[in-house]
Amino acid sequence: MEVEAKKTLTYQKRTTRQKLLYVRKNWQLYVIFLLPALVLTVIFKYLPMGGILMAFEDYNVRLGLLGSEWVGLDYFKRFLSSPDFMSYLLNTLKLSLYGLLWGFPAPIILALLLNQIRRTGIKKKIQLLIYAPNFISVIVLCGMVRMFLSPVGPLNQLLGTTTNWMTMPEAFRTIYIASGIWQGAGWASIMYTAALSNVSKELEEAATIDGANILQQIWYVQLPAIKNIIVIQFILSAGNIMSVGFEKAYALQTGMNLPTSEIISTYVYKIGLLNGDYGYSTAVGIFNSVINVLLLLLVNWIVSKLNDGEGL
Amino acid sequence: MSVQKVKKIKRSRSDRGILSVGYSLLALFTAAIIVPLAYVVIASFMDPNVLNNQGISFRMGDWSLEAYRRVLEDEMIWRGFANSFFYSVTATAISVFITLLAAYPMSKRELVGRTFFNALFIITMFFGGGLIPTFILMNELRLVNTVWAILLPGAFNVWNMILARTYYQSISKELWEASQIDGANEIQYFFQILLPLCKPIIAVLALWGFVGMWNSYFDAMIYLNDASLQPLQLVLRSILVQNTPQSGMIADIQSTAEMAKMAELLKYSTIVVSSLPLLVMYPFFQKYFDKGVMVGSIKG
Repeated sequence: MEVEAKKTLTYQKRTTRQKLLYVRKNWQLYVIFLLPALVLTVIFKYLPMGGILMAFEDYNVRLGLLGSEWVGLDYFKRFLSSPDFMSYLLNTLKLSLYGLLWGFPAPIILALLLNQIRRTGIKKKIQLLIYAPNFISVIVLCGMVRMFLSPVGPLNQLLGTTTNWMTMPEAFRTIYIASGIWQGAGWASIMYTAALSNVSKELEEAATIDGANILQQIWYVQLPAIKNIIVIQFILSAGNIMSVGFEKAYALQTGMNLPTSEIISTYVYKIGLLNGDYGYSTAVGIFNSVINVLLLLLVNWIVSKLNDGEGL
Repeated sequence: MSVQKVKKIKRSRSDRGILSVGYSLLALFTAAIIVPLAYVVIASFMDPNVLNNQGISFRMGDWSLEAYRRVLEDEMIWRGFANSFFYSVTATAISVFITLLAAYPMSKRELVGRTFFNALFIITMFFGGGLIPTFILMNELRLVNTVWAILLPGAFNVWNMILARTYYQSISKELWEASQIDGANEIQYFFQILLPLCKPIIAVLALWGFVGMWNSYFDAMIYLNDASLQPLQLVLRSILVQNTPQSGMIADIQSTAEMAKMAELLKYSTIVVSSLPLLVMYPFFQKYFDKGVMVGSIKG
């Protein structure tokens, strides 16, 4: 580590002349290797950032981005004082917080359980099965959910009822999160399973001989071994709290469950592209991504405090 | 040796208690995965009336291939398949190539401007212009309603670049030094020596890219209005989510009630037809996915 740091330091200390010489000698690195990625990044990532101006003006296609009338923070004031917006914000937060609460531990528990199976044949077969839903598309998953939960669907046939869960606002989060675990928990467990397979067998045996029961082994031997991966995964998911996926929420929405299923990303899509309210939609989008960045920084900071200065 | 040793250690009684609870949980979860999938497959072979009245049945007389005939005769499904295949293969090829290229200079610590380029790329992972500004740009570039709207915006993936870069750095630097002595330039070294050593990461990025593109629908929904360009997922969306089966599939049925029953049945067979290719293929690629997870966790 230290040697590497020193090397980087000496690279930084080069004079301008030395740097120019390097670029001239290694022009291929820039022109052939880096240029395509740079062009794509500038066009498709940085140019749209200029469009953020739209959030502060009454955007008019004919007048363009620089000619349109300036409205300042009007849009921000408008949505921050709107009760609708507050409920969408809360929907977004609740959906991802509850999702994290239920969805985050699920793959860890799965991996710990799989790890207890000593017969590799059975273990492999179970893994093959529980990974499968990951390869089903969001649309098919949501289609299945809608069919199974429809008033004439199999679940109602089984219960002898005709409840229409898809129209119940209070059922939406449960449906969303449960189907998410169904689809993703198995796949997400791979990473933990792989890390657990590196736990030394000697350590586990020593613990058994010392009289540790299974729970103690899990707590003192296996969990510490996967702690780092858990931390990283947690930061990544916590940093995404405000960016709940559009695709699944939108495909599970019905006219009736909107009180809980309308989240910021679907709202931005509807007011922006369907209603053509460009400025307002962009302002909401900016608000969302700023909160997202702040959350990521905050979580990273907290974790690095807890984890002896090691964040992401 | 070690296998015998493991077998020798007996579980204590309390351990066996805990384990049986654990195994039951695992069995329950596995059953929860299998049952819905099996139900869809069986239901797709039912007669529409039987499915509507009682759900699935195991009497051979209640089975029919009618729904499959209708799905497989539908032109839109096939066009969707063809489009999705084209988008997934092309987008993956472009994206993997550009990402692998960019990762190479970024893997060199001595690269002048490395910190700057790194910051330039990383920022885009967390912050962007948002939906509307991006849409307006695509419109001004005349990319809306063309295949490029699907292929280009995601063609450079920063996260994959980081993975590839980490992988390159794990390869011995002496190899590069030796190639320099032999007079190879960077391009020759990259294509003839480095890339052949990177097959695992290339396989992983390609598989992730393919599956991700095959299963997504958002970009296609906003950028492609032309029905002939739409990928399979959009065709599925209208059948499964919007409840509007392709009119050709049920046009010949006279009564509205019969039509509705057939529409419901068609959903099941459409799911089977559309999901089968990936579900059947994935076990063959599983070892690459397992590897990919490890590649991904190196970064952490």
